[in-house]
Amino acid sequence: MAAVRTSREIALNRLAIVAVLIATLIFLGPIYWIASTAFKPKELAITVPPTVFFEPEITPFIRLFTKRVQMQKEVDPEVYAAAPWWEKRIYDGGERVLKVGDKVQLSQYPDRFMNSLIVAIVSTVLAVSMGTLTAYGFSRFKIAGEADLLFFILSTRMLPPVVVAIPMFLMYRLVGLTDSHIGLIILYVAFNLSFSVWLMKGFMDEIPKEYEEAALVDGYTRMQAFFKIVLPEAATGIAATAVFCFITAWNEYAFALIMTNRRAQTAPPFIPSQIGSGLPDWTTIAAGTFLFLLPVAIFTFLLRKHLLRGVTFGAIRK
Amino acid sequence: MTSITMTTLDPRTRAAARGWSDLSIRNLFIIPTIAFLIVFNIFPLIYSLGYSFTDFAANQPAGSWSFVGLQNYRDLLSDEHIWSNFIITAKYVIVSVAGQMLVGFGLALLLNRSFPMKGLITTLLLLPMMMSAAVVGLFWQLLYSPSWGPINYIFGLGDFAWLSDPNSALYAVAITDIWMWSPFVMLLSLAGLSAVPQHLYEAAAIDRAGSWYTFTRITLPLVAPLLLIALIFRTMEAFKTFDIAYTMTTQPTAELVAIRLYKQAFQQWDTGKSCALAYIVLIMVLAITNLYVKYLNKVKER
Repeated sequence: MAAVRTSREIALNRLAIVAVLIATLIFLGPIYWIASTAFKPKELAITVPPTVFFEPEITPFIRLFTKRVQMQKEVDPEVYAAAPWWEKRIYDGGERVLKVGDKVQLSQYPDRFMNSLIVAIVSTVLAVSMGTLTAYGFSRFKIAGEADLLFFILSTRMLPPVVVAIPMFLMYRLVGLTDSHIGLIILYVAFNLSFSVWLMKGFMDEIPKEYEEAALVDGYTRMQAFFKIVLPEAATGIAATAVFCFITAWNEYAFALIMTNRRAQTAPPFIPSQIGSGLPDWTTIAAGTFLFLLPVAIFTFLLRKHLLRGVTFGAIRK
Repeated sequence: MTSITMTTLDPRTRAAARGWSDLSIRNLFIIPTIAFLIVFNIFPLIYSLGYSFTDFAANQPAGSWSFVGLQNYRDLLSDEHIWSNFIITAKYVIVSVAGQMLVGFGLALLLNRSFPMKGLITTLLLLPMMMSAAVVGLFWQLLYSPSWGPINYIFGLGDFAWLSDPNSALYAVAITDIWMWSPFVMLLSLAGLSAVPQHLYEAAAIDRAGSWYTFTRITLPLVAPLLLIALIFRTMEAFKTFDIAYTMTTQPTAELVAIRLYKQAFQQWDTGKSCALAYIVLIMVLAITNLYVKYLNKVKER
């Protein structure tokens, strides 16, 4: 800035930066609380005053992944001595790990986490591939009623999930798709497709038409030009769109709650159902939440340059 | 063929002569998507429109329903319970969206200057909106806990039960929603603020314009279109809110329309009436969507 800054302006600037730091701490507080509770000893999760400093341990994660029962009596010292270190942690908490023969019984968490992965990845691949083709079509060819079609596509994204879920549930019940991966994948593709079309159209519009036209002149067919010239140019856009679709599918709750209950249940409806009755074990819940949120946090950093585009369906690019 | 004739040929017709024609490629690329959306979004809605005129209950044997005409809609519109759900939702939308606009725009004003690690801090501030509302909402139960929640401890609120007090449950959910979605408003506002040409501020400084004058006459009008987009989008999303409120509290005073719809459809199995309620909600959402797209296109054209 060319203008000369007065000492008052400099002071105000410093004040603003301090305010930003305080706001950042407030906004990260709840996330920090999830992360720290995931590493707390059970009894420190619910103390007055809340415990901020403690020796971190990974016992909540051991509990998260194993099936356990409350011990009726003290553990046999010989059994305890022979147990591996992680099993000792469970014994220390007054519980024992359930086993069939020698095989440790896993909790439902890894299954639900895997379901989330399968459903999010498959639906993302489908939504992004279809969306990329459609976006290219809208970007390059004349289409009658283009604006109306694009509005129609976007409006499907705005439908409240519960509204769509009622008829879909009835239809899925008829064809046996409730509580199936395919059923959930279809719903997520339908939900993400419009987003993918709009976002990819923004990216496609930015690739100069001249690139393909030069290729067409050089004897490429339109298909070859699309696959060999346009797709590589759009790679960043495709990656960003895919990450957004993945996050949306990963986080989705309402469809998953309504359509799945066991076999295909994903993590978002499962994690709250762990609370059950009685005093919840917040450390185990926090451990599950922490692992579930971690991929999204990493993706947010990878996506940071494209977040604005993503949240405005590609309309605002900067 | 010489190179001169090659470049003068229209590439489209040349390409059309080889391989697929442009028309068939266009159809191949677009029709599957449109068909998919019609089959899995529009067809179900037509299906449920049909059921909205019946007393169908999904937990009863198939075929045991009868046509009731507009009865469901009449019942819903005269049901005080439903009206109270709409009033709760309106309160929720107003409080949470107003909070998000204020906090988000405020944060953007603070961030709109250069300082070390600005990029990192901005990204950290955006984290809440990327996370699963259901899962994060669940965890806020611990933060709000009357006996060992850090919030009550920090603010010295004793054993105030945020989520089980009928008067505060809705606002507690709104606060969590403000925490989650202020970053969204911040992101859009920052884009608007950084697009304000610097020379306008310089001109204002030369004219010795006060900072309030500069803010209301330069900053605000130029950021307004993006703020409007944020406002409409957040209003629509807040109106549809289901997951965050559903995992946080069971208080009837925090029963939003979407929660009411879920309970009616999947707990009371009052399917016919739920389809009718879904349609009322749908029409409201589509009206806001229309407005949203209109402004989105307007900003895009600039």
